[in-house]
Amino acid sequence: MTNLTITKALEKLKNKEISSVELTKTFLERIKKVEPKINAFVTVTEEEALRNAKDADKKRANGSDAPLLGIPLSIKDNFSTKGVRTTASSKVLDKYIPPYDATVVTKLKEAGMVLLGKTNMDAWAHGSSTETSDYGQSKNPWNTDYLPGGSSGGAAASVAAGEVIAAIGSETAGSIRQPASWCGVVGLKPTYGRVSRSGVIAMGSSLDSPGPITKSVEDAALVLQVLAGVDPLDATTSPLPVPDYLKNINREITNLKIGISEDYFEGVDTEVKQKVEDAIKVLEKLGAKIKKIKLFSPKYSIAVYTIIMRSEVSSNLARFDGIRYGSDRSFFAEEAKRRIMLGTYVLSAGYYDQYFNKALKVRSLIINDFKKAFEDVDVVIAPTNPKTALKAGSDEAKDPMFGELADILVEPSSLAGLSGINIPVGFSKKGLPIGMDIIGPQFGEQTILNVAKKYEDETEWNLKEPNL
Amino acid sequence: MNKYTPIIGLETHVELKTNSKMFCGCEAKYFGKEPNTITCPVCLGLPGALPVPNKTAIDWCIKISLSLNCKINLFSKFDRKNYFYPDLSKGYQISQYDLPFGQNGSITLSNGKIIRIRRVHMEEDTGKLIHEGESSLIDFNRSGVPLVEIVTEPDFHNATDVKEYLQKLRQIVRYLEVADADMEKGDMRLEPNISLSSKQQAISNKLPDYKVEIKNINSFKFVEKAVNYEIKRQTEILDKKETPAQETRGWDEAKQKTFSQRSKEDAMDYRYFPEPDIPPIIYTEKDIEKLKIAIPELPDQKLKRFEKIFGLPRYDAEILTRDRKMANYFEETVRVGKNEIKPKQIANEIINKKIDIKKILPIALVKQILNAKQTIQIDQKELDKIIIETLNENKKAVDEYKSGKENVLMFLLGQAMKKIGKKVNINIVKEAIIKNIK
Repeated sequence: MTNLTITKALEKLKNKEISSVELTKTFLERIKKVEPKINAFVTVTEEEALRNAKDADKKRANGSDAPLLGIPLSIKDNFSTKGVRTTASSKVLDKYIPPYDATVVTKLKEAGMVLLGKTNMDAWAHGSSTETSDYGQSKNPWNTDYLPGGSSGGAAASVAAGEVIAAIGSETAGSIRQPASWCGVVGLKPTYGRVSRSGVIAMGSSLDSPGPITKSVEDAALVLQVLAGVDPLDATTSPLPVPDYLKNINREITNLKIGISEDYFEGVDTEVKQKVEDAIKVLEKLGAKIKKIKLFSPKYSIAVYTIIMRSEVSSNLARFDGIRYGSDRSFFAEEAKRRIMLGTYVLSAGYYDQYFNKALKVRSLIINDFKKAFEDVDVVIAPTNPKTALKAGSDEAKDPMFGELADILVEPSSLAGLSGINIPVGFSKKGLPIGMDIIGPQFGEQTILNVAKKYEDETEWNLKEPNL
Repeated sequence: MNKYTPIIGLETHVELKTNSKMFCGCEAKYFGKEPNTITCPVCLGLPGALPVPNKTAIDWCIKISLSLNCKINLFSKFDRKNYFYPDLSKGYQISQYDLPFGQNGSITLSNGKIIRIRRVHMEEDTGKLIHEGESSLIDFNRSGVPLVEIVTEPDFHNATDVKEYLQKLRQIVRYLEVADADMEKGDMRLEPNISLSSKQQAISNKLPDYKVEIKNINSFKFVEKAVNYEIKRQTEILDKKETPAQETRGWDEAKQKTFSQRSKEDAMDYRYFPEPDIPPIIYTEKDIEKLKIAIPELPDQKLKRFEKIFGLPRYDAEILTRDRKMANYFEETVRVGKNEIKPKQIANEIINKKIDIKKILPIALVKQILNAKQTIQIDQKELDKIIIETLNENKKAVDEYKSGKENVLMFLLGQAMKKIGKKVNINIVKEAIIKNIK
């Protein structure tokens, strides 16, 4: 039962084949069984989950049909949850219990979710592996010697390991798509401003985008439907109306134009490249047209992203000054300190123009570069990550720029605030998942979900389960 | 003549009296409230909470800018000013850096001197530290209250002008009804910066190479004293051929002295950058036009009009336009008393008798003036005639009065009033009786 998608679970709940309490208990047992191997959670909220499930069953009996009624989910530990400890995987917030819910959490509660717990992440979302978590590294369910990716590593692992039906993650640049790719699940990064950031402990404020990690494309659409929309508590959310994401999800893609930029395949592992090319062929068979385009090399994005994100980080973390929250600055681990220092440096008098301002200018160029590309194509397709999951503790993963290199292919679209979705497209010889990134324009969620769904219908990668 | 010319600039913070705070829905009126009772995740700076700008506050900031003859930046934005202080909940203050709402304005003083306004920008107030014995407590009620900062060019050369500028500024924000500008409640905070330029510097139009800032003064009188103190202190240093230190000082009212707070070496680098949580603020010419129309007649225009239309002397017009309610009261009284009383007489009545405009309605004031006027209308000769008649008819009473029974006067007064038959000023009648008895 732990391999159910939201769609299937809802069917069973509606048909009274199962109650939410039973479903929840099944997942809580699964968590107890596999969590020692995976460490996907910082906090498991067993009591709250059972209470939520009971409520959900009662509501369903009373005729409620809320979109996620009784569905067990996990939420990344950087989303504020009223009354439930929220650490962002940093000991600085070890004792912090928020007095309010993030807007995303409010919406999920209204939609009837059952909260199973808060998932592990790189501390403050600083990383691409969960190795910077102060609560221990999470493991890749496909091979626990390997990293799950990050920063939403716990979230992706919790879905892949069948500990939850779906998870809520957040992406600044890659933090949903990259772990989804390494864990072989679906990860949707919505357009910046499509989903409210209110209550999400900020990393890069001009980049952060909350989104779902799921077992199917349809589930991603379902959850996005709940999350998306303008929020009076977040001035950067878009007032654009939210479309029905399920409506056109099965539309034929016969006239779809897919853009492929060679630079996004440079330095990519042969195995990864092969699987992505195979996947593109599947889409071609469905009628999509491939168009070679020339986007800026993603390598430029690394510098721009590094400067902008670290500047914002240095300012966002200033509030943890030791006066409140119970832990002083010595509780910051190395990665956060490195980012604070670099961000502080590039914003300092005399360096602002040289770094931050220049980064802003290049960011505008990247935005325009994509805009131009989307005049000719509907989506851009690239590997999500140049490699499959790395081994925990490998030298590569110890490099301070590791995260940026791991996320090189998703950073440009994050900087441009675009929508993107990772879908599983196969496995390496070692049995590690490979992911493909379908990038759409801003507010192109309908299109990328449609393309992803058509591919998923042709394949079965998303149904594979790790042996735990 | 003095060897040095004082060069003075001014930064003024004015708290707006909006209902809610700058970036959240909390009530903005914090004065006298139990500590930490009007707070929320946003103004407490809790992780994840985001600022959403208060449109009314921005409108008001633009109204102030327009009233100070500023150019309005139609494309504007907020920036983060990063610094550490325990009362600053986020570790940065949301302020404006390179695109303030208003720029390049001016205020003209009564002596004709023009004080240029460099910028008018919007920001948020901080919390408040309360020190109790060994411990320091933080009250976040004030955190996030809208604050407008008005910065002048270094155009003042003496403390008197500074004071007048401040009075004018306070008058304007009160006329706009956007701030109470109550000094005692800290609604208005003043920060003069002072340096002295030598004759050579003055001739070549060069600013001195140092600057002393005095922080957070909450009284016009203290600003005046602090500026004068600094002029004296800096003169003494310059006379010794030394340069005063570039620093931030405070004003000690008890000791009547400024004192050093922070030196240049600790000068802050605020690492300003665009606030990513708030999209740029865009106004159209049409929006600005709407705000312009909503601005009431301002004190300077009103004063000129009162002089011109009502023929008032500058002195009267100045007093009557100090407060918008007073000016309205005066105009209303003029309107009610039209054809019967001259504006100048109304002005006299209001100013000399210190009329409480909350208690006496304009129509009542008109009656009061008219009544007083009627008593003057009685002819002195006619009055004398009636008094003599009355005295002749009451000889006995007159004798009693002459022998020392002074209260008989009241009887005589009553008799005379009966004869007059009109409401006249009783004092004039009284005087006439005494005069005629003698």
